[in-house]
Amino acid sequence: MANYTDELVDFDVALEKYDPVLGFEVHVELNTKTKMFSDAPNAFGDAPNTNVTPVDLGLPGVLPTVNKTAVEYSILIGLALNCQIAEKCGFARKNYFYPDTPKNFQTSQYDDPIAHDGYLDIELEDGEVFRVEIERAHMEEDAGKLTHMGGAAGRIQGADYSLVDYNRAGVPLVEIVTKPIVGAGKRAPELARAYVAAIREIVKNLGVSDAKMERGNVRCDANVSLMPKGAEKFGTRTETKNVNSLRAVEHAVRFEIERHAAVLESGQSILQETRHWHEDTRSTTSGRPKSDADDYRYFPEPDLVPIVTTAEWIEELRARLPEPPSERRKRLKAEWGYADKEFRDVVNAGVLDEIEATIAAGASAAVARKWWMGEIARLAKAADKEIAALGVTPQTIVELDSLINAKKINDKIARQVLEYVLAGEGTPSEIVEKRSLAVVNDEGALGKAVDDAIAAMPDVVEKIKGGKLQAIGALMGPVMKATRGQADAGRVREIVMEKLGL
Amino acid sequence: MSAISREDLVHLARLAHIEMGDAELDKMTGELGVIVDAIASVSEVASSDIPATSHPIPLNNVFREDVVGQTLSIDEVLLNAPDSDSDRFKVPAILDGE
Repeated sequence: MANYTDELVDFDVALEKYDPVLGFEVHVELNTKTKMFSDAPNAFGDAPNTNVTPVDLGLPGVLPTVNKTAVEYSILIGLALNCQIAEKCGFARKNYFYPDTPKNFQTSQYDDPIAHDGYLDIELEDGEVFRVEIERAHMEEDAGKLTHMGGAAGRIQGADYSLVDYNRAGVPLVEIVTKPIVGAGKRAPELARAYVAAIREIVKNLGVSDAKMERGNVRCDANVSLMPKGAEKFGTRTETKNVNSLRAVEHAVRFEIERHAAVLESGQSILQETRHWHEDTRSTTSGRPKSDADDYRYFPEPDLVPIVTTAEWIEELRARLPEPPSERRKRLKAEWGYADKEFRDVVNAGVLDEIEATIAAGASAAVARKWWMGEIARLAKAADKEIAALGVTPQTIVELDSLINAKKINDKIARQVLEYVLAGEGTPSEIVEKRSLAVVNDEGALGKAVDDAIAAMPDVVEKIKGGKLQAIGALMGPVMKATRGQADAGRVREIVMEKLGL
Repeated sequence: MSAISREDLVHLARLAHIEMGDAELDKMTGELGVIVDAIASVSEVASSDIPATSHPIPLNNVFREDVVGQTLSIDEVLLNAPDSDSDRFKVPAILDGE
């Protein structure tokens, strides 16, 4: 059985012959205080099995209760995805046996999701907009966490037994399902990444999820199939599970396209199955075939009554929607006057909020970008941290900038001061004071330093007098050295010109 | 005529992780068939203008406010566990398919 070949076809070659069709199921963990159907805390990182009630354990006689905030968050997500909100919907039991759910079913929604028929416009890197149709967004609960013991490195293969922590069991989830995405062509991997990034951004912006992929707050299953170019009938799809970073989403889609093409080119057919993504090898391996194991025998949850949404309630929630991230970006780009590439770099660096706050604190758009994309980005890279995680405040940038403008320090000193700020030495002004870093404006001291430099470098002086003004730069070194880097370069240049009678 | 075949029952038993012998399968095929037929008689009286319902009382929007309540102690959580390892349930390694 199964596919049978580890061969891949080069991506570009595959795309010459085939059209990829994508589909995504993205699970979003809501950041409510309590679980979906019980009042146990919804918290990450607590000691195992401490956030557990009888409902979460599925003990006999318990009665689940619906978290109103989770329902409202789900509607907010639906509205942000331009969905219709169901007038009436209910919960259903999805039955399966696996130790991650002690109830032997997951409470989910079946044929009446709370939100359906929406869309999301995805902006690709070069600005092209691709519309992804949303089939549905439904409410359900997360499963417990299994840790496989024995065997190799926590993998289930060869494990002796598993340990279960039910803290996550019952955490509210919204599963967002797309319609088949046709026509992405070569941009399929890029679109996949951009789509998941957009969902993550939207739920973060709504404030309904912590949206940290590394914590599993946003998880993606990626469906991929290929059909011969120009065909209308979709090929057989595979569903790659466990694709839990943006980079992985892009790589997994690309890998499956290359693998499918190889299988099809060898004259075989794709087996409909789940695939497991492996970050280490950047490849997928066969999971389980889609078969009657997927017979979940959904039936209406008898312990929970239907949810009815009124127009009033929905409009009240709609009024709570923040400005959509894509519109905010358009607005900020226009306000700040950045060039396309400058703005893209800012977005990709994830410092929109920081720059916005810095401008609000009084810096110009150009100054804010210079700092966040320059020195702060460099420091973050050196510290192997996200730029935003470095802890630089907008106030620090504004203060550094005004110190520069007042000619108290120069750019170079300002960068040093920033490092001292990060080391916890105080505000920029305090540090400049404490470390005596103010630019030397003492004309006497500056003049002497320039005199010394001129005396020491007669050949340079000849060049300058001969009209090579850029040679002044050679005098700058000794002057800066003499003033411990605290001279204002512009002023030094003026003094040199004066002294040489130019 | 019963809507439940012996094959259906074998399938259901496997899904429900219930081991059934030949004699049990024969007996239950008939019994389950009777139950299914009895319930099917509901469709004889239900007309198409009555939406299907899973609740006898017309009750909607029973919600709980998002406020943290009491949780169980570790001892209580693990009280019914056949096996455990410090603060977690211990279960046989079950392969997800494969």
